[in-house]
Amino acid sequence: MNDFIAARSQMALSLGFHIVFSCIGMVMPFFMAVAHYYWLKTHNVVYRNITKAWSKGVAIFFATGAVSGTVLSFELGLLWPTFMKHAGPIFGMPFSLEGTAFFIEAIALGFFLYGWNRFNPWFHWVTGLIVGISGLLSGILVVAANGWMNSPSGFDFVNGQYINVDPVKAMFNDAWFSQALHMCIAAFVSTGFAVAGIHALMILKGRNVAFHKKAFKIAAVFSAVFAVLQPISGDISAKDVSQRQPAKLAAMEAHFHTDKNVPLIIGGIPDVKNQKVDYAVKIPGLLSYMTKGDVNAEVKGLDSIPVEDHPPVAITHYAFQVMVGLGMLMLLIAVLYLIAILKKKDWLERKWLLKLFVTATPMGFIAVEAGWAVTEVGRQPWIIQGIMRTADAVTPMPGIHYSFYIFTAVYISLAIVVTFMLYRQIKMVGKLYDIPSGSDQLKV
Amino acid sequence: MLYVVIVYLWAAILLYLLLGGADFGAGIIELFTSGANKKRTQKTMYKAIGPVWEANHMWLIITIVILFVGFPSIYSTMSVYLHIPLAIMLLGIIARGTAFTFRHYDAVVDDMQVVYSRIFVYSSFITPLFLGIIAGSAVSGQIDTHANTFLSAFIFSWLHLFSVSVGLFTVAICGFLAAVYLIGETDNKTDRNRYINKALIMNIAAVICGGLVFVAAYADEVPLTDWIFGNAAGITAICAATLSLLLLWYLLYKGKTRILRILAGFQVTMILLTTTFRHFPNIVILKNGGYLSLLEHRGYDKTINMLGMALLLGSIFILPALFYLIYSFQKKVESKEA
Ligand code: HDD
Ligand code: HEM
Ligand code: HEM
Repeated sequence: MNDFIAARSQMALSLGFHIVFSCIGMVMPFFMAVAHYYWLKTHNVVYRNITKAWSKGVAIFFATGAVSGTVLSFELGLLWPTFMKHAGPIFGMPFSLEGTAFFIEAIALGFFLYGWNRFNPWFHWVTGLIVGISGLLSGILVVAANGWMNSPSGFDFVNGQYINVDPVKAMFNDAWFSQALHMCIAAFVSTGFAVAGIHALMILKGRNVAFHKKAFKIAAVFSAVFAVLQPISGDISAKDVSQRQPAKLAAMEAHFHTDKNVPLIIGGIPDVKNQKVDYAVKIPGLLSYMTKGDVNAEVKGLDSIPVEDHPPVAITHYAFQVMVGLGMLMLLIAVLYLIAILKKKDWLERKWLLKLFVTATPMGFIAVEAGWAVTEVGRQPWIIQGIMRTADAVTPMPGIHYSFYIFTAVYISLAIVVTFMLYRQIKMVGKLYDIPSGSDQLKV
Repeated sequence: MLYVVIVYLWAAILLYLLLGGADFGAGIIELFTSGANKKRTQKTMYKAIGPVWEANHMWLIITIVILFVGFPSIYSTMSVYLHIPLAIMLLGIIARGTAFTFRHYDAVVDDMQVVYSRIFVYSSFITPLFLGIIAGSAVSGQIDTHANTFLSAFIFSWLHLFSVSVGLFTVAICGFLAAVYLIGETDNKTDRNRYINKALIMNIAAVICGGLVFVAAYADEVPLTDWIFGNAAGITAICAATLSLLLLWYLLYKGKTRILRILAGFQVTMILLTTTFRHFPNIVILKNGGYLSLLEHRGYDKTINMLGMALLLGSIFILPALFYLIYSFQKKVESKEA
């Protein structure tokens, strides 16, 4: 493995690891706030138990998310010093604001986790909500930084020099809105389906049904609503990409030849050498329509882009198919669930619905990882689209593959431990929360 | 605005050293505590640092963000030549943070606890050791931007007597801060005496390591004595720190917690001040005698201005909340004591 590939793999691994925790960190506080709200309103102990059980889980995820995020802020420099040297002062604005958002999040979390029975209950509730809002805000800010890499703005690039720098313009680059919107929705979808799936499984197993049913409902409603919004926001993203990164769009769709009335390609195996896609389903005119709103519009293919600027077609294409495919599946489940709660209440008691949610448990997170692969791999060979190549940004230090192996080992063990702890946490639900009692049996 | 940013940078480093240091130190104390007392120490420690643990962590992130936004070439030079100690420190941070949380939140208490504890205490030692090594290397004049071998570019930049002794000194300071802090966090008499004892040992260790730093500076030709004794401010600060040491021993003997904490904080502040004051604004000193200066190697003016604004704005939101957090938990401890 050469150093360049090792550096890219290490970056991808760290980000791919972090994103799972950040999605949970952004979304779980909202789920907890809902459960907490019901507890304060109805004084049904089950809701308090749900809030506490979730908050224990969140504390585990928060710590892991925080350390993996800290690692990232160093890794940007350790792996891409040339990039950070030039980009840092331009796209650093969101990071400096993000610091504030994280800080507020951490402080509010301190209040929330240790504040049971210590503060006015509604003050306590609000601190939980603040955890969620500031988490979401920090997510939006980091994605704005990533948007800048896709759509650099806020400076002029003259003879290799970055001049007239404007950090505010850089933050509000062309990509920030569509990416941040899509990412926030994705966080709700992925966490929602994961949480709903786990509780659905416990209901099917007949364990602590009163507890898991209520928990399931909160997560399922969130996930269903956002799963409906996701494709709409994905459509906005696709239009946006076709404007700012035609090469990425072409790679996503494995669209080799510039043409009018371009079909949307579903599935298929891209054959880069012969510039065609085998075994794909084609829907005539749809890609033209999706990107330009007109079935006859022209869509740029990879042939209009110099070969040395082509992103890896196969990975980008497969990743895009995976994301959209899973998005459609989740949309289907969401629609069924919405019909169930609005019209066909008897479906809610059926096993098949719960089973669908169980199968969907990992789907959201797989879609998130695939989506980021589209965004990041689709930007290659650029680290800053059109300005700086990834290969020119990498650290001169040799031997990065060792560091990649070590970090891989660490992340794999962390993933195992977190899963293991979550498993134990869920197994303990019966012991800790089964007998509803007014007394505070659980010390946080 | 540039100076606002620099003050924040310095303050973030100081706060990380004080608060994060006490946090690391708690693990170091645990490392040097045996058998039955271990459990008690863990309990006190969790009560003391649990609520603010996440917040402590943020000072390091702020330091890094200020560096890469405001002083990008300093950040990238350090990232390249100090890659290895930075990576080790990161591994330490991951191991420590997760082990601490896992230990507390694991729903089942069994042998895994021992594993978490072991990881926690060792990484509590390694992380500040490497933080110190990084700080020492930055000013040691061993970073060679023209090096042409792997060893001279990426290993000898940080592996030398001076930086390692700064690392050990940092560890001792962290242990000392934690012991002083823990004294006030328990109302059990024997525990108190144990922490007082630990504080004294750690303090002596710090003094010894401090001596070692001077010796190493001499051996590695780092003009440390010149930085500290070369001007009136440095001498005053170091004298204040030394004199307060006597006062500190007296207070330790008396067990006066609150003043003790302030004094310990004061000493560490003085140490950081003397070591940074003289070679300000140069925070990285290179082998060829060159410097990376906060004034010359700064980012664009507009960026610095925005960064300063963001920091000021952030403080308005954060500081009151942070104080309220600490205050509410302090109050709780006191009301329990009463
Ligand atoms: C639950 C996860 C999930 C689901 C179901 C979808 N996406 Fe997505 N997608 C993401 C999660 C995601 C993401 C991980 O959040 C990305 C990566 C970068 C970003 O901003 O969002 C993303 C990126 C992303 C991009 C690239 C944006 C860019 O490079 O700026 C496009 C064009 C789409 N998506 C389009 C879609 C469409 C048309 C979907 C239809 C169902 C869809 N996504 C479902
Ligand atoms: C958390 C979600 C993210 C994931 C899962 C992710 C995924 C990836 C992947 C797969 C790569 C490797 C691409 C390749 O080499 O082919 C990569 C590279 C990179 N990403 Fe991201 N990314 C995420 C968000 C971000 C954000 C928010 C930033 C910066 C603000 C960022 C900065 C980078 C950098 C600097 C590289 C290395 C250079 C490059 O390959 O272009 N990423 N990321
Ligand atoms: C799309 C990408 C990202 C999103 C949505 C995101 C979001 C989040 C969220 C919500 C948290 C809070 C932790 C939790 O609750 O578990 C977090 C933590 C953190 N993230 Fe990310 N992040 C992303 C990528 C990055 C990148 C690229 C960096 C570094 C350059 C980074 C740096 C951090 C840091 C330093 C923390 C720890 C803060 C703390 O201690 O609370 N993140 N991230």
